[in-house]
Amino acid sequence: MLHTYNLQPRRPSWGIRAEARKAESTGHAIVIAPPPREVAISLNQSAGRPAVPIVEPGEKVSTGQPVARATAPGSADIHASISGLVVAVEERLVFSAHHSMETAIVIRGDGTDEDFTPHPVANDPMSMTPAEIRQTIAGAGIVGLGGAMFPTAEKLSCGARIHALILNGVECEPYISCDEVLLRYRAARVLRGAQILMRAAGTQRCIVAVETDMPEARVAVHEALETLNDDRIDVSQVTAKYPSGGERQVLELITGRQVPSGGLPQDIGYLCQNVGTAAAVADFFATGRPLISRIVTVTGQGVSRPVNIEARIGTPIAELIAMAGGYRGTPAKLIAGGPMMGIALPDDGIPISKANNCIIAAAPGELMETAAEHQPELPCIRCSECLQACPAGLQPQELLVACRQQDRQALESLGLPDCLECGCCDYVCPSAIPLTARFSLAKIGFRQAQLEERRALHARQRFEAREARLQQQAVQREHELQEQSAGVVSDSQIDAVMARVARDKNADTEKP
Amino acid sequence: MKFSTATGPHWRAADNVPAIMRQVLYALTPALLMYTWFFGIGVLLNCLIASAAALATEAVALKLRHRSIEVFLTDYSVVVAAVLLALALPPLTPWWITVTGTVFAIGFAKHLYGGLGYNIFNPAMAGYVVLLISFPEEMTRWLPPDIGDIDYQPLSWLQSIQYTLTGSLPDALTLDALTRATPLDTMKTELSRMLTVDEIRASPLFGDFGGRGWEWINNVIALGGIWLLYKKVIRWHIPVAMLTGLLGMATLGYLIDPATHASPGFHLFSGGTMLCAFFIATDPVTAAASNRGKIFYGAGIGILTYAIRAWGSYPDGIAFAVLLMNMTVPMIDRMTKPAIYGRDP
Ligand code: SF4
Ligand code: SF4
Repeated sequence: MLHTYNLQPRRPSWGIRAEARKAESTGHAIVIAPPPREVAISLNQSAGRPAVPIVEPGEKVSTGQPVARATAPGSADIHASISGLVVAVEERLVFSAHHSMETAIVIRGDGTDEDFTPHPVANDPMSMTPAEIRQTIAGAGIVGLGGAMFPTAEKLSCGARIHALILNGVECEPYISCDEVLLRYRAARVLRGAQILMRAAGTQRCIVAVETDMPEARVAVHEALETLNDDRIDVSQVTAKYPSGGERQVLELITGRQVPSGGLPQDIGYLCQNVGTAAAVADFFATGRPLISRIVTVTGQGVSRPVNIEARIGTPIAELIAMAGGYRGTPAKLIAGGPMMGIALPDDGIPISKANNCIIAAAPGELMETAAEHQPELPCIRCSECLQACPAGLQPQELLVACRQQDRQALESLGLPDCLECGCCDYVCPSAIPLTARFSLAKIGFRQAQLEERRALHARQRFEAREARLQQQAVQREHELQEQSAGVVSDSQIDAVMARVARDKNADTEKP
Repeated sequence: MKFSTATGPHWRAADNVPAIMRQVLYALTPALLMYTWFFGIGVLLNCLIASAAALATEAVALKLRHRSIEVFLTDYSVVVAAVLLALALPPLTPWWITVTGTVFAIGFAKHLYGGLGYNIFNPAMAGYVVLLISFPEEMTRWLPPDIGDIDYQPLSWLQSIQYTLTGSLPDALTLDALTRATPLDTMKTELSRMLTVDEIRASPLFGDFGGRGWEWINNVIALGGIWLLYKKVIRWHIPVAMLTGLLGMATLGYLIDPATHASPGFHLFSGGTMLCAFFIATDPVTAAASNRGKIFYGAGIGILTYAIRAWGSYPDGIAFAVLLMNMTVPMIDRMTKPAIYGRDP
């Protein structure tokens, strides 16, 4: 099969065209934050189970030293992002969808930022086998930096034949610009990472996807590509339209193929990685430093100087805000992520994680949330704007009805499990219906119901087994009874009768 | 520092239902002035009476259904429905007819089905059809356009108001002397009397394409509609499909026999064609959902409109065509639902 790639994909019919608001933060070079005084590193920084701590309070650690180990598939190692003293391993409010408390390793810095000495040797990856590269990457705690935090090594060892590596630099969500500045200023590193990832995945093709809205980044990539002179790598320009940078969306736009529902890009032979992830891989092989920092966009009208900061994992958000010139006025919301899929944080003391691509301090009214808040939710007028915008081809207006009726079957056939929770439907809805929130709730309910069903199935199987056993016993009993009534007399019965006869006889003889 | 943790998405476009409805009303304003120019103050009166009746009915219905009156009354959707109904009524319509139609449109066609967003039938058209069936005579008595060489003595504004409110005309005038059939109506009856299209069109009621005056009204309505397209309040699919459907049928008839079939231009610029294409058929609540669905829906209205105009017993077929297609919407929606990503390749 011949694989072709659209280097200038069609403009998608779905999605929304919101103001990008990225220029504010892309104006300056990436600011490299000094190691903070204290970090709180959450153990829950992967798509899988939380990692298990291997250090204890009172222990001294150096930068890049492993402090927690992956436990199960989907989980990744975690490293100290600064050198210093582990002061606590305790519950902390960290960045998560549910504002939950998670265990975090708190390290107080000693200011030396001394590297962990027995670093895994940063060999020349091109002389390593793919399996060795994967193993090395696993040891660096590298996860997908696009936000999903899936361990990169695990994705690389999926076993499927990979036609191409798709390097996703399509940062479609407004405000976020960390990938754009990365491509602008560190394109060579990204491409180096692409080469390593290609080798690790066993593919000879790589498409770097950038947005039409980032000409500077595109030029930088082309220039780096010229220097590198690797004709296996091509650049594809994807229309800047949210959410064209979603993994599945980018894949469809570039390859024309869709990832099957419930499946992964690997299932159709593509490996998608975020450009930041590629840069992290390259950095690790170049310096030996595992994933202990990332680029975070700090922006919004609520900060004085929007900027992109390369910050250590575990740095409190308040410190990043201070580096962006501090708050301007009193922001209405502090959002981790973009305005569409981001999470409003309750507190700026929360430390950043490997998934934090952006912090928005939104001034009151900046996101029209105040206007929307004043607009009451109206009934759905079936305008179908949501249907036009949905990148998953769903009909949110119908899903809404099914949600209200709690009709699981309808939700399933309408494709609720395929909802990306991208928020496009909310964005366009003139009736201001919180569709996405309903859908994500319904999805939770859906999964719970599935679980319960499975549990019920087990219970039923157990019940049926017991019934069968009882049935069998009953049959046996009946059989015995039948035998009795049919006059078949057992030996014991004969004995009993004989004994009685004998007794009677004795009694007779004993009579005078 | 502490912050609010409202759920996402945190950004919304500025569009909202009241704004959309207001824009529809703005887009109708030039047409309203045009109607008034040609047919007198009666049209404006109808709009005012219908709007007042609609708001009152809505308030009562909301009260009975224990809904927030101020939220829904200020969404302007009832006013849009009322104005669309009023524009379909003859300029000299007694107030109680207008009120009856409006009460039916809002109270029955809208609220009995569950209110905003739940109605199956276009309320304005449902109200209009009820009036057409109940008061066939009153509903077909139009005024001729006030254009110099048409033999016609217009009523003064005061006289119009008096008639609308009390039903009494100045002494020397009868209603028959005042009113004429619409060009569409004339075309229909005269064709059935075996006159040819050319003979019929010789009447001063007819202009270059449609009826005189009516052409202009349709032009202005189309302009309003194009503004709505430009403002992205409506999408092109329904208007284009509806006009194409009507045009296709009309062209076919015209090619077969131009003597007995009115020209495509006549159909396009007569009666409520443009009003339907841009304002009535595009009512989101009662139209098909997907773009493909909208094309079927619009084309269906266009074809049915022609069929009723040409072969039915009513001069204009728009209201019936819209209501008939309203009934097919669930089916169209089912047939044209979008492909789910990764499921139906
Ligand atoms: S949130 Fe779900 S339903 Fe809404 S547009 Fe995104 S994918 Fe479609
Ligand atoms: S955008 Fe809102 S009002 Fe329009 S169809 Fe979707 S849910 Fe209904």
